[in-house]
Amino acid sequence: MTTGTESLPALRGGTATDGRRSGVLRLFGGKAKGGEEAAKRVQFSSPYLPYLFLAPQLAIIFVFFYWPSIQAIQSSFYLEDPFGFGSTFVGMANYTDVLTSGEYLGIARFTAIFTALVTFFALSIGLLLAVKADGVIRGNATYKTLLIWVYAIAPPVAGLIGMMFFDQHIGPIVELARWFGWEIKVGINYFDTAFAMIVVSVWKQIPYNFIFFLSGLQGIPVAVREAAAMDCRSGFRRFWTVILPLLAPTAFFLLIINVTYALFDTFGVIDVMVKDKAANNPITLVYKVYMDGFRGNDLGGSSAQSVILMLIVFVLTIFQFRFIERRVHYN
Amino acid sequence: MAAITIAEVSKIYTGNVEAVKSVSIDIEDGEFIVLVGPSGCGKSTLLRMVAGLEGISKGTVKIGSRVINEVDPAERDIAMVFQNYALYPHMTVYQNLAYGLKNRKTPKAEIDARVAEAARMLEIEPYLDRKPRALSGGQRQRVAMGRAIVRKPAAFLFDEPLSNLDAKLRVSMRGEIKRLQKRLGTTSLYVTHDQLEAMTLADRLVVLNGGRIEQIGRPLEVYHRPASTFVASFIGSPAMNLIKGRIEGARLHIGAYRIDLGDRAPAEGGAVTVGLRAEDLRLAGVGEDAMLFQVDYVEELGAQRLVHGTIEDQALTLALSPEVSLSGDLAVTIATDRLHFFSPENGKRLERGASFANSGESARPLSLEPAW
Repeated sequence: MTTGTESLPALRGGTATDGRRSGVLRLFGGKAKGGEEAAKRVQFSSPYLPYLFLAPQLAIIFVFFYWPSIQAIQSSFYLEDPFGFGSTFVGMANYTDVLTSGEYLGIARFTAIFTALVTFFALSIGLLLAVKADGVIRGNATYKTLLIWVYAIAPPVAGLIGMMFFDQHIGPIVELARWFGWEIKVGINYFDTAFAMIVVSVWKQIPYNFIFFLSGLQGIPVAVREAAAMDCRSGFRRFWTVILPLLAPTAFFLLIINVTYALFDTFGVIDVMVKDKAANNPITLVYKVYMDGFRGNDLGGSSAQSVILMLIVFVLTIFQFRFIERRVHYN
Repeated sequence: MAAITIAEVSKIYTGNVEAVKSVSIDIEDGEFIVLVGPSGCGKSTLLRMVAGLEGISKGTVKIGSRVINEVDPAERDIAMVFQNYALYPHMTVYQNLAYGLKNRKTPKAEIDARVAEAARMLEIEPYLDRKPRALSGGQRQRVAMGRAIVRKPAAFLFDEPLSNLDAKLRVSMRGEIKRLQKRLGTTSLYVTHDQLEAMTLADRLVVLNGGRIEQIGRPLEVYHRPASTFVASFIGSPAMNLIKGRIEGARLHIGAYRIDLGDRAPAEGGAVTVGLRAEDLRLAGVGEDAMLFQVDYVEELGAQRLVHGTIEDQALTLALSPEVSLSGDLAVTIATDRLHFFSPENGKRLERGASFANSGESARPLSLEPAW
């Protein structure tokens, strides 16, 4: 999915997002909404016609997703010649190599921690800002624009600006940490690099989450909030018992998007941080795939890794739908 | 249960827009008050100020003896029923009813008892485990009322609770609200734009226009003695006919017609707005003095027939029994004791002469003298 077009309908408020959201979920295999949906179903005169309409989309998915996936699976069983002079079938050797490597398992552990932290902070800070912006009555358009603004900046530029925060000489965060006696050395110290990666990744994702949470909040009927205000004095308790449950569909959608973001789309951030030479610095699994494949010229091993990564995401998504979506209430 | 005192309350929005202008209403304990008026008259704003959902710009609101201007909505001891029900969609009916009680730390056993009682009263027991989306509009409205009832508040606030229901359901729910309120004896403040709903529900109704009170009174009082042309045209269906006339001595001039009012003439002479209800006009008998009514078109309502037309180029509506056969223009006559007079400048009611209080007397025959 293209991130650019996604945010626009969300800004127009509740109904637009609702339609979108259920569309997204059905794309993921979420359950359809019962009878009323069935009644609206279009009847086609020829059974082949719907497939014809779907063909362009399916062709794109096939060329850009299934075809590379099949290639990856295939080459993961071969040892490729670095210069492209043929390949040798090695069976599961690439997989056993990867899974028994201590380095790979270490990177996997870091990826898990990294993904959990980025998802958690990007979601919670985005939610916090959305709740606060939603509560602002005077000049709220200005607030919202300022918060969404970051999202309008092209990702590489945003990443670069984020990196500047951690610049050894001019970075304000480095400066701030120095105040507290913490000498941040991005690219040199493992922990400092990891810290910077997480901060920049979270920073980039917050506006996205903010937009969705804000439109989700605005989709909650005013009367329901007012009814809650008369039923419950504590605003904090109201948030947990009424607002948050009603935001759950948005939150669930964002959870999946954010996990995927942390696993894959943070590639650019990591690349700028470690500058192509990871050395002892932390990297995630997707960066390892790139390093081994394109820097190490080990296409077989790299393919095996990407197949493993694909399986992880697959399992994770199924898990989310089976165990978390159950608790989500759709209107 | 408590009385509600609204004293000189105003609502001023930014930009000096005054939505409610110094309104005072004394609501007695257990009384059913209906705020009625066209959209934008400030009735909902007033209700929301009592509820605490809008700030009070000026004046005070008291519930019982407590001034509640600055009290949190949840602490005002009131419950509100919203137009679009405002049920919590993620909670079951039981949880919807129990939510307010749970937040007030009511013991579990008492919550169960109160929910069961309210559910029985409203006949929603079979749905307690359902989510609101699995309920029909009428059932949702009952749940919304149940949520108010279980709280046992000092007052109920209703914000157009029936306007989302279809016409038939609205009538039956109207009766149910009335019955329930009588049974519980809880002070109620009810907002509607539907004059029929206002007439049928209210102990007293408050007619609002442009943020001001036009009239407070019992439904029949307001119907029979509207305080202004606004009330006259708003309460009652079809709306009261308002036509231009002149008072000269004890005579009313309507165009070329002169009508002898005797002692029923208003105290002041000159131009007046004459109000007469559609049912107070009747067809003139043979030989009776009459006015020529030129028929425009006819609306058949079944029980009656509304004839729209003009007398002396002034539009009027006339309610006739459907048995009467209509052909061409009509000769009509007016019951003079049913006439209302209003000032053409400010629309206020002009009081009639001494015999007004004696409204039981029968209609005097008209004395009409054509001017030609």
